[in-house]
Amino acid sequence: MGLELYLDLLSQPCRAVYIFAKKNNIPFEFKHVELFKGQQYREEFGKVNILKKVPALKDGVFTLAESTAILLYLSRKYNTPDHWYPSDTQKRARVDEYLSWHHTNIRSNAGKALWIKVLIPLFTGQTLPPEKLQEVMDELAISLKQFEEKFLQDKPFIVGSEISLADLMAIVELMQPIGVGCDIFEDRPKLSEWRNRVEEAVGKELFQEAHELILNIKELSNIQIDPQLKEHLAPVLRKMMK
Amino acid sequence: MVVELFLDLRSQPCRALFIFAKKNNIPFEFKHVELLKGQHLSEEFGKVNVLKKVPALKDGAFTLAESTAILLYLSRKFNTPDHWYPSDLQKRARVDEYLSWQHTTIREKGCKIFITKVLVPLVVGQPFSPEKLEEAVEELNSALKQFEEKFLQDKPFIVGNEISLADLVAIVELMQPVGCGCDIFENRPKLVEWRSRVEEAVGKELFQQAHEIMLNVKNMSTTQLPPELREHLKQLLKP
Repeated sequence: MGLELYLDLLSQPCRAVYIFAKKNNIPFEFKHVELFKGQQYREEFGKVNILKKVPALKDGVFTLAESTAILLYLSRKYNTPDHWYPSDTQKRARVDEYLSWHHTNIRSNAGKALWIKVLIPLFTGQTLPPEKLQEVMDELAISLKQFEEKFLQDKPFIVGSEISLADLMAIVELMQPIGVGCDIFEDRPKLSEWRNRVEEAVGKELFQEAHELILNIKELSNIQIDPQLKEHLAPVLRKMMK
Repeated sequence: MVVELFLDLRSQPCRALFIFAKKNNIPFEFKHVELLKGQHLSEEFGKVNVLKKVPALKDGAFTLAESTAILLYLSRKFNTPDHWYPSDLQKRARVDEYLSWQHTTIREKGCKIFITKVLVPLVVGQPFSPEKLEEAVEELNSALKQFEEKFLQDKPFIVGNEISLADLVAIVELMQPVGCGCDIFENRPKLVEWRSRVEEAVGKELFQQAHEIMLNVKNMSTTQLPPELREHLKQLLKP
């Protein structure tokens, strides 16, 4: 039994794991957990990840949640090139520093545009006032400013001259608002150049492949939403709509 | 030149770092950044951490933010005992898994209780909102349920038989609501036992020392916040 990665490419951290595994030729079975169909709530998937979230990993009897943990596990098990998680203590610390800060800054803000523009209307039938989107984009702008000033600065990549897990986790989040027409790279030339470098380092074809779903998310506006999923999300939706 | 750790023990991640460094006899200079005096907003501290947050580390010309990063950096540089961040691939993954998950769950919700009950009243000069506190407690309850079911289960510590960075990062966060008078350990015997084991593994004296300020947080209610800090917090804490 080989490595299994439980993924839905609509999810930012899933894309990071997918890209990393593919780029490094790590053999794995793609186990599709369709979020819109509520498959993350199935009992079977609960045995892989009791937290009922993607991405998740299954390696023999060993199961693992959390994309950061999965990326680090894969990098160690498959001995991926050093630049992804440099052995140099200070460079490694820079990756750790970004991966930690990322959760409550880039990650917490970048995904909201999709919720406001597509998911909430899809699940509730209600559209939110434009101020709501503006509020969310303003918060993301603050995170982006800190990203450029503290983490990227004038370097090609977050750690220095080579791409690392930090850049990978960041880029997949920043592609989320692009999918709903919020081009956060517009008017941000430094960020735009960094994005190009990351795409180049990952490989344009692989990058496009990973992002195909999210960049065509508007096509999903007509799909049938699983009713159980609606129920699960009700409290989250209520909170976001306040 | 010795490692400088910029800390305020009112902050949970600062306590994790303080305990880790002391426990492992890592020589460091304690640079006190008094949050209630707004010292983290100073230009000088901004040179150490442009994000203006504690904890922060300065090791010669090298500066570092984020407690997870600092803990890992110290564990590597000072070659601390294996159990803190086990070299076994799967055990290490369990630590990484917890350190990642906790940001938006245990940490966020534990902070929310402190913010609702102590910080907001201090900033706006009004008593705390019981509804908001109840909401915050409910959210932490959900996170605690997941903590017990997924991360702790029936093991002595998160990874297994020995304490690791995961337990350390968890315990300091869970002491925050306790310091505000919300005893989240009440009616949770498994969690209480885990806490005792963690205190034992860290050393009771060191644990108490790290938590002294927080456990006397009621003294904060009479604190006068400097106006710049008050304004800064008003912006930060907008609902």
